[in-house]
Amino acid sequence: MNCLLASNIRKILGVVIAILLLLYLSYASLVFGVIDTSWQNAIDAYTHFNGSNEHIVIKEVRVPRVLNALTVGFCLGLAGTLLQSLTRNPVADVELFGLNAGASLFVVFAVTFVGISSLTEFTWIAFLGAAVAGFVVYLLGSFGRDGLTPVKLVLAGAAITALAASIRHAMMVLNEKAADEVLFWLAGSVGGRKLEYLATVFPYMVFAWIAAFLLARPIQTLLMGDDVAKGLGQRTLLVKLSTGVVIVLLSGCAVAVAGPIGFVGLVTPHLARYLVGIETHWVLLYSGLLGSILLLLADIGARFIAMPAEVPIGVMTALIGVPFFIYVARKGLDKE
Amino acid sequence: MKPYLSLRFGKRLSFQLHKKTVLFSGIALLVALAVTVISLGMGEMKIAPLDVVKVLLGIGSDENALIVQQFRLPRILTAILVGAALASAGAIMQGIIRNPLASPDVLGVAGGASVAAVAFLLVFDTVSIKWLPPTAFLGALLTTFLLYALSWKKGVTPMRLVMIGVGIKIAAGAFVTILIMFSPFLLQNKALLWLTGSIYGVDWNDVFMILPWVVILIVVAAVLARRVNIQQLGDDVATSLGSSLQWDRFLLLMICAALTGTAVSVGGDISFVALLAPHIAKQLIGPSFGGALPLSAFLGAVIVLIADLIARMAFSPIEVPVGVFTSAIGAPFFIYLLYKNRNR
Repeated sequence: MNCLLASNIRKILGVVIAILLLLYLSYASLVFGVIDTSWQNAIDAYTHFNGSNEHIVIKEVRVPRVLNALTVGFCLGLAGTLLQSLTRNPVADVELFGLNAGASLFVVFAVTFVGISSLTEFTWIAFLGAAVAGFVVYLLGSFGRDGLTPVKLVLAGAAITALAASIRHAMMVLNEKAADEVLFWLAGSVGGRKLEYLATVFPYMVFAWIAAFLLARPIQTLLMGDDVAKGLGQRTLLVKLSTGVVIVLLSGCAVAVAGPIGFVGLVTPHLARYLVGIETHWVLLYSGLLGSILLLLADIGARFIAMPAEVPIGVMTALIGVPFFIYVARKGLDKE
Repeated sequence: MKPYLSLRFGKRLSFQLHKKTVLFSGIALLVALAVTVISLGMGEMKIAPLDVVKVLLGIGSDENALIVQQFRLPRILTAILVGAALASAGAIMQGIIRNPLASPDVLGVAGGASVAAVAFLLVFDTVSIKWLPPTAFLGALLTTFLLYALSWKKGVTPMRLVMIGVGIKIAAGAFVTILIMFSPFLLQNKALLWLTGSIYGVDWNDVFMILPWVVILIVVAAVLARRVNIQQLGDDVATSLGSSLQWDRFLLLMICAALTGTAVSVGGDISFVALLAPHIAKQLIGPSFGGALPLSAFLGAVIVLIADLIARMAFSPIEVPVGVFTSAIGAPFFIYLLYKNRNR
């Protein structure tokens, strides 16, 4: 297999470099913004907190933001890899798959009609929405002789997204108060979220991360084809189902913390495979790390494009992701 | 009895009309008129249909005339024009691309027009609003070129076109959002509506702004109808029949982009009308474009009229953007099409 980092030593070295890059980007994200500050200030905010504006900004805004971007990016990277492996489809992604739209619809519904406001309930509803939408799109895309083709998947995702968006829009027009509550969430952002959000879902996140890496080996087998996997004694249905649950957990967590953010999970698995080849556990790790890097970069970019206003990070990732999607669509469809 | 009516104008121009086409177009026209009259009467001030007709004939009371002519009629006419334009654009595009799932909004052409329109409102806020339709048209055209170029790889396959179109649509949405971020607050609300599609608050200026474009473009499309018919037969047959395939395709895509741009410049990205109307038309009278075009246009007008009526009345006094309703009908239909064409 041709890849950039062939030996294990190189792969480990690559991980170290990725982590160093993450640290640097986290530093940049802490320090640069509408209020530029310094590293010394950032440390002082925790050791010698003096209540100054800069310290408050660092503690209340910047640090949560960095942590959100890191964890959400990791989730999205893993979710994308699992989704692409499960559907054997190069263009699978939480956004294109309609998971984000489903989660958004359910959350808006809950806020508008049921009056949900607790974070835990919020999270579970996001999970449910992602699961329902994912199931429907999977079902719709699998109709017909050739099963789940990329085109059918994309179209089914687009249709479900359009439907969910129109219903959501109507609900928001009807209940403006609730609309105000969810609007900031719908824009998709890692900023402006208190750490409580992250703290609420963090246990689920960690669980999903561990589960994803435990699933790496069975998925590797599954990638050889259902028949081969069955022949090797794998209970394929179980593996597929648990992968599906982990995907929903990952994307649900990401959506609950940061709102709908697309395309991260589309881009990173391809980059990861380019770097480390096809071994699933390495692809997962790299895809996750790249997801964090991408989201941090997008977040920093989102601050500077329309300063002092902020572009929603989902818009940034879409702008990065769409050219990539087109590239994959041109390349991937030829193989068929 | 012959199933056709032949219309001849002198020696050079003649049309052959299917009687079914005439029948269904007539029905669609009547429905459109009926909905128009009902819709004109609905609102905060209810006006009886008979009084509406009186106003339209110029013999109604002054109070009713004011409400109907100043406030409601422009909106209704806009709905008709926008619906007809979108549906015709959809009919043309489905004819050329030969894919039942293709339509200007699914493929991002309407999205490109929205980007251009919002950018125009933002950057050229002092330039006359008359230039909005051409700008949106230009945006639609550029998007069409981009779509075609990106899908080109030793020819264009419909499937690649659809995939890349979906990508372009998403990118267009992202660009519109960024443009809205930059725009002053007053513009933001109006610009936001572009994303869903709405004909809220249009006036006579808007009607006269798009009227000439819609009429001219649909007439041109009708004149070119037989070229679409040839395109529908496939590239090889069309070429061997002596059609200048690429030139015709280019010309028709231009018209399609122009129609889309015109509709978008007033109504924004009203989804799925361009998909629904031509499909219903083809179900009713078959694929011959000479009949499918006018019937699609009528049906498109009816769809937007009804959707707008619901959008105004369903949750009165709150108005829901009309695009919400067209999506709510159109998306399930799209899913049905996906299911029906699952083995293509």
